[in-house]
Amino acid sequence: MAALTPSYRLSVAARALAAIVGGYALTALASFAMAIFLPLSRAEASMTATLSSFLIYACVVIWVFAARTTWRAWAGIVGSMIVLGALVWLQRQVAAS
Amino acid sequence: MKEGFRQSMAWLHTWSGLVVGWILFAVFVTGTLSYFRPEISQWTRPELRDVKADANAASKTIATLKERAPNSPRWFITLPEAREPIVRVTYRDPNGGGEGRRGFKTAWLDPSTGEEVKARETRGGDFFYRFHFELSMKPIWGRWVVGFCAMFMFVAIISGVITHKKIFKDFFTLRPRKGQRSWLDAHNAVGVLALPYHVMITYTGLVTLMFMYMPWGVQANYGDNREAFFADATGVAEEVKPANQPGVLTDIEPLLHEARTRWNGAHAAFITINNPSDINSRITIRRDTEGQLANSNRNVVFSGTTGEVLSVAGEPAPASQTRAVMFGLHMATFSSTTLRWLFTLSGLGGILMVASGLVLWTVKRAPERAKLGYTPFGHRLVEVLNIGVITGLPIAVAAFFYANRLLPVALADRPAWEVRVFFAAWLLSFVLPMIPPARVAWTTQLVAGAALFAALPAVNALTTQTHLGITLAQGNWVYAGFDLTMLGIAALLGLTGWYASRTPGSRKPAQRKAPEALNLPAEAERA
Repeated sequence: MAALTPSYRLSVAARALAAIVGGYALTALASFAMAIFLPLSRAEASMTATLSSFLIYACVVIWVFAARTTWRAWAGIVGSMIVLGALVWLQRQVAAS
Repeated sequence: MKEGFRQSMAWLHTWSGLVVGWILFAVFVTGTLSYFRPEISQWTRPELRDVKADANAASKTIATLKERAPNSPRWFITLPEAREPIVRVTYRDPNGGGEGRRGFKTAWLDPSTGEEVKARETRGGDFFYRFHFELSMKPIWGRWVVGFCAMFMFVAIISGVITHKKIFKDFFTLRPRKGQRSWLDAHNAVGVLALPYHVMITYTGLVTLMFMYMPWGVQANYGDNREAFFADATGVAEEVKPANQPGVLTDIEPLLHEARTRWNGAHAAFITINNPSDINSRITIRRDTEGQLANSNRNVVFSGTTGEVLSVAGEPAPASQTRAVMFGLHMATFSSTTLRWLFTLSGLGGILMVASGLVLWTVKRAPERAKLGYTPFGHRLVEVLNIGVITGLPIAVAAFFYANRLLPVALADRPAWEVRVFFAAWLLSFVLPMIPPARVAWTTQLVAGAALFAALPAVNALTTQTHLGITLAQGNWVYAGFDLTMLGIAALLGLTGWYASRTPGSRKPAQRKAPEALNLPAEAERA
């Protein structure tokens, strides 16, 4: 068993935070984007996005704990959120104009 | 966490499982009990023993409601069925003082007379059903806690599967009497045996409350107008306002006949009547779920005064249908008795999987304790919580049923007292585990649970007329089945207690086998 050094503990805490809070935020944004971009009726797109959200969340959590370093895990979460957020923002701008 | 993928998954499985294991155990136990929610509700109301379903239940019920609550904005009528052959009505009490939401009151009616049946006050099977997803907390808090744990469980299942290279072989491997290895094998066997069920029940459980946990998909397209979404997705007609002109309801029986013809003879389960004494009255008849996987909108809506068909629910769109099927799978109301027992066995598999996983955590750390020469606080805490939760919950469930039979019928706030007895018994179950050795607490409390369940049919015989002597002779399988199931639970707990008493304590053999632990397969290394 690895020694429970302070840096190990910090790394676990940072990953848990990335998985639980970061993972939820990313999932929320992903299902928001899916609901907008899926080529289905409004209701069906919302339904599909919500139904698949838990699968997305689980995959994000697994990935966070499998990532080689904690930095990578956080970078992956934040990076995906920036991309998705930009797409949603663009779509909203286009829809409003 | 610099190890390979499989090791980090084993780590994730261990810790995500431990953090939420105790709550998951309680959720599994109460969820499995909820497969029998109607039967438990019947048994906890022995006064309903002789009530029988009746073909004219609907018109008799409506006659009673016209008399009792003509001005209630809505009547909800649950029609009798085989598992719960009684009519349940909910209406706004004209005398006010109804305890439920917005002054609504629930009463039980005899299907053949329409008269109210006076049964003891109890939460019955509803207690376990609500506990399953609210934990007796404030609804919103409880639902979030259970959802959080369910999400952990889902992650634990996936990481557990990844951890197992040899999932198929593991399923056929049980090395008994080998301490830690046996626990690992047992955990794998029950986990893998019912794996499809575990995946299904966890995901569909999240789906039942998905609009609360993940409102963002609806938010994206509908903003805060959730009603519009539900109208689009499920085709539930919007409510009509009363015209404030008196109207008379048409006879219900032809409408029921009409609805049943449209459903190829399936039965009606619920009737909702909006504005019953107004010219704008609406009668909604809902199909029962028997033999239907999808728990979707299955309503026929009639005009209350003319009996004209206003709308018939069609087949929902694919995603909505998917959600309806997932919802239906979780509730399992479609299933026959045999299938319901198979679900129950799978639920039992889940209970055993969570329990053996929790025990495995402490057994696995026995070498560490041996090396240290003392038991760290964390290990002790997990052990006490394990015993208190795993052996204490059955005791608490039994105590709930005892309270139902033994508390005075006239006691004020009786349902609340039943719940207090449940929690008091559970809290008491944490006392003995605090005194080592753990094995004594395991055995004593398992045997105590077994004794409580075994004696329940006897107490039932002493306090009611719904005991096995009568119910078996009458062939009343709802009541008789309950008592027999209690004896079955007693046998299971007794067996487990007997096993716990004769298995050598986890500490000694682990010391002996400590070198062997080094040769454990890789997947167990960090478990």
